[in-house]
Formats: sequence, structure tokens, C-alpha cells
Amino acid sequence: MTYPIEKIRADFPILNEKIRNKPLVYLDNAASCQKPQVVIDSLVNLYSHDYANVHRGVHTLSVRSTDLFEAAREKVKSFINAKSEKEIIFVRGATDAVNLVAQTYGKANIHAGDEIIITAMEHHSNIVPWQMLCEEKGAILKVAPMNLAGELLMPEFEALLNAKTKLVSIVHMSNALGTINPVEKIIELAHAQNIPVLLDGAQAIPHMVVDVQALDCDFYVFSGHKLYAPTGVGVLYGKQALLEAMPPYQGGGDMIRTVTFEKSTYAGLPHKFEAGTPSIAEVIGLGAAIGYLNSIGMEAIAAHEAELLAYATEQALKIDGLKIIGEAKEKGGILSFTLHRIHPHDIGTMLDSLGIAIRAGHHCAMPVMDFYKVPATARASFAMYNTKAEIDVLMSGIRNLIEMFG
Amino acid sequence: MFEDLRDLYQEVIFDHNRNPRNFHVMENYDRMVEGFNPLCGDRLTLFLKLDGETITDASFQGSGCAISTASVSLMTEIIKGKTQAEAEELFHTFHKITTGKSEELQLEAVGKLAVLAGVREFPARVKCATLAWHTLDAALKNEQQSISTE
Repeated sequence: MTYPIEKIRADFPILNEKIRNKPLVYLDNAASCQKPQVVIDSLVNLYSHDYANVHRGVHTLSVRSTDLFEAAREKVKSFINAKSEKEIIFVRGATDAVNLVAQTYGKANIHAGDEIIITAMEHHSNIVPWQMLCEEKGAILKVAPMNLAGELLMPEFEALLNAKTKLVSIVHMSNALGTINPVEKIIELAHAQNIPVLLDGAQAIPHMVVDVQALDCDFYVFSGHKLYAPTGVGVLYGKQALLEAMPPYQGGGDMIRTVTFEKSTYAGLPHKFEAGTPSIAEVIGLGAAIGYLNSIGMEAIAAHEAELLAYATEQALKIDGLKIIGEAKEKGGILSFTLHRIHPHDIGTMLDSLGIAIRAGHHCAMPVMDFYKVPATARASFAMYNTKAEIDVLMSGIRNLIEMFG
Repeated sequence: MFEDLRDLYQEVIFDHNRNPRNFHVMENYDRMVEGFNPLCGDRLTLFLKLDGETITDASFQGSGCAISTASVSLMTEIIKGKTQAEAEELFHTFHKITTGKSEELQLEAVGKLAVLAGVREFPARVKCATLAWHTLDAALKNEQQSISTE
């Protein structure tokens, strides 16, 4: 079956926008994806017809909202093939999920002298929460190195695993480089020493089939807004036994069974980790986004994006002075690059004047920039609705701005 | 192509970006301050030589975009020979022309720096132009630590 690109593009109303009188070419998907009409409609319909607080009232609207909310949890469960809805915790985003694990699992299980392993290509959100925990506990953060292509050095990673290692927390797909890490092997090696593994799936989840049972990861975290859903919602997947043994995160309403001034008892999973009124509409929007992705199929999306990346890479390599940052063999739809003597910020402004949205900066991965000895990179990142024609517009823009800079 | 950018990227800016003036480490400086824009990674080190109230020499090192490089390059040219009070006054005027808060643009008061007034139309780039001047401000106030635009 051919990939229904025209239908998909028609499903995203923002793609009709003109930016500076030119058709929008949106290539900043690794920062956040645009939303299909069904997701936008899910918010409008909820607030127009079904909205009330969840898990509270006996009245009709509360029941409707609760049903829609819990149906979204079921969709997430199926989407990542978790065993149970109890393993799906709604949080604010991937960052919130990592912090949740650090502040609950981490605080309970990681002590002075223990070690946590991350990699050289982590986003700040998978560095800083562990640094904060290590500082508090006197634990040690170990960083598995990578090569210049942006690939994790597996022997060095394996050598870091030891009896003091209490957690491996690793990015599934790098936002700055596009590298897809060999997570199956990483998990196998860690599990051989009974070390749990957290995967930061913020970039991976929109681009590939993720099956948490097949991976056998212990935690998997991602954000909704990078998965064509609204901002303010994300998911922490955790194996049920781990989640049950973990202390609660925040205290408040919804996460308790009983409260007296002397003592409170906590709700069961997943509500134990969902204190306060959640992002109701955004969670329901996430459910709508997953429904939309399923209607196209993640395999088809992954194949389309792999084609875009191969084409973009081939075209980019023809441009003199363009250097691709991140050339891993296993790579998702991210083209990070620098141009000789032209700062990424200037590239970003110039491309914007042509209607092209890319990211210029350190991509919340300053250690990656330090590794490549660049202050920043320009990054084009692809999504299900991008086309080769848009990549042509990007490449022509790059050639023209090089000429302008002289 | 790039018609919308003519006000932002004037030839003077390309010139200073290609050949930044006073781009060297200063020996025997009186003031040295680092400026950093964590949003984009622009980093510069400003050196000043003072004779009483007068700035007798200025130089810089660092890497940044064309706007920030041109801004600091132009700044080091224009502040040489100015008193500290005059430089501060220029900073305030420059700030006004780049953030567009002034009712009447005092472009003539800033001389060559007027080429940077175009950033007013590009809010995301204002800090690129003002980083140099915030760093100068810190240097004149003799604040030793690094300064940041955030």
C-alpha cells in the first residue's frame, strides 16, 4: 500500500499556514509535533459536551470524562503493549516521569556509593534528575561514552556495569543526534546483573513500534506532545511489581485511599502516582493521537521517515561546508548539522524567512555539543507528514544562505 | 531570496562577522568578564583597559552568531576613548533601539551601531545583539563573575 501522504497532510490544519508569505515547512518535530484535526477535535468535543472532573462525582459528566480518560489509558497500554493499565501512569511529560522515578524508586533504592549509568548523548532531562539524586544520596553518576558517529560504545558500557550499579537510564533515540541505541542488548546486559533499565523514549515513540514487554525494559517514559498529542501530558510505564514497591511521588487528592490527620493510606496503581486533578483533556487528546497513529500504522510511518532521512542525508552531503553531526548506523529522522563559519542561529533565522522551521541551539544536550566541540547545531527533524519536496526546499534554502554569507 | 532579512543582516554585519575587530586576548587588562547566552551557547570574553574614567582599549574572544559577533566587534571599536559614563549611556541608548521601547529612535546617537536596530523585528535575536553590552555593563561595574542573558 502506498503511504497516504496527501491524506495525512490534509489532516494537519497547521500545514496550510503561510509563514512570512511562504508555505510552512515544519521540520522542528523533535522539539514538538503538530496536531491532527482529530486531536484538536477531541479537546473541543470534550469541553463542548463531556467535560467534568474525573474519578470524583456520580454525575453524568464526571462519569463521561472518567470513561474517556480511562479509555485513553487503555489505548496507551495497547500502543506500547504493556501488560496492564496499572502500569500506565499519566504525568506531565517525559521530564516529569524521569523525576518521578528518581524521587521515588531512586530515593528508596539508591544509596551512598551506588552507581547510576547514563550515556554521553542524554537530554538534560535524563541527566539533571540523576545528578540531583546523586548529590542528595552521595551516589555516583557514570557516563557511558560514544564514538564520533554518535554510537554508544558497548564494551565501555558493559564495563561500567557492576555490583554497585542500581539503575541504567538511557535514551532510546537521541534528540540531538538521531542515534537509536541498541536497547535490547543494553537491557539484556543490565538484567544479567539484576539491574533495572529506564528508557527515555521521548524521541523514539513517535517514530517506531515500541513494545515494552518485548523490550523487557523496567521503565519507559515519553511525552504526549512529541506524539502528535497536546502538551502537558506524558506517560511513565513501569513494571507493576516495581511500581507497587515504590513510595508515592506527590501527595494529594486522587492518590489516597483514606486520610486522617494521623495517617493516610495510598490508592492502588495507577492512581498512587497521580495526585491532584490530572491533565484531563490532554490525556484524552493523547488517546485520540494514538488512535490516529494506529489508523496509519507505526510501521508505515517508520518506513516513510526512514526514506526521508536517507534522502535528506544524501542531499545534505552534496553541500560544501555542511557537516552532519550524528552519523550512527541506526538512526531516526533527525538531521543535525553545522555549516562552515555560519552560526546555527543565523541559519535558523534565515530559514525562517523562507517559511522553514528548524531548531538551532544545543537541543538541551550541552554535553553532546561539548563532545563535538560546537556551541550549537542546526537540526531538521522529520515527522509523518513531511515530504521530499520539503527537504528540497530546505536544501535550496541552505545553499542560498551559504551564498549570502559568502 | 531573504528580502525580509535585509534590515537584520546588513553588509556591515557580514563584514564584522567575517573580520571581527579587536578579536584577541588582551595582556595586562584591567577588567575581564565572560558573557554567556545559555539559550544559544554564545560565549564571549570581554577585556578592557582603563585609564581612570576612560576606556583606553577593548578586545574580545569567543564564538557566536553573526549578530552577536558583529555587535561585540562594533562595540569594542566604539567604546575606545569613551569615559565609563559615556559607555553606560551608550548601552542604555543601544538597549532602547534594539528592544524598540523608545518612541523616537535615537539612531544618530549610536552612530555605526544603528545597523543593529533591525533586531527589533526579530525578538528571538535581540539577546544576540545585547549580550556584548550586558557583558560591558558587568565589566564597568566590576562584577567579576560570568554574566548570563537568562
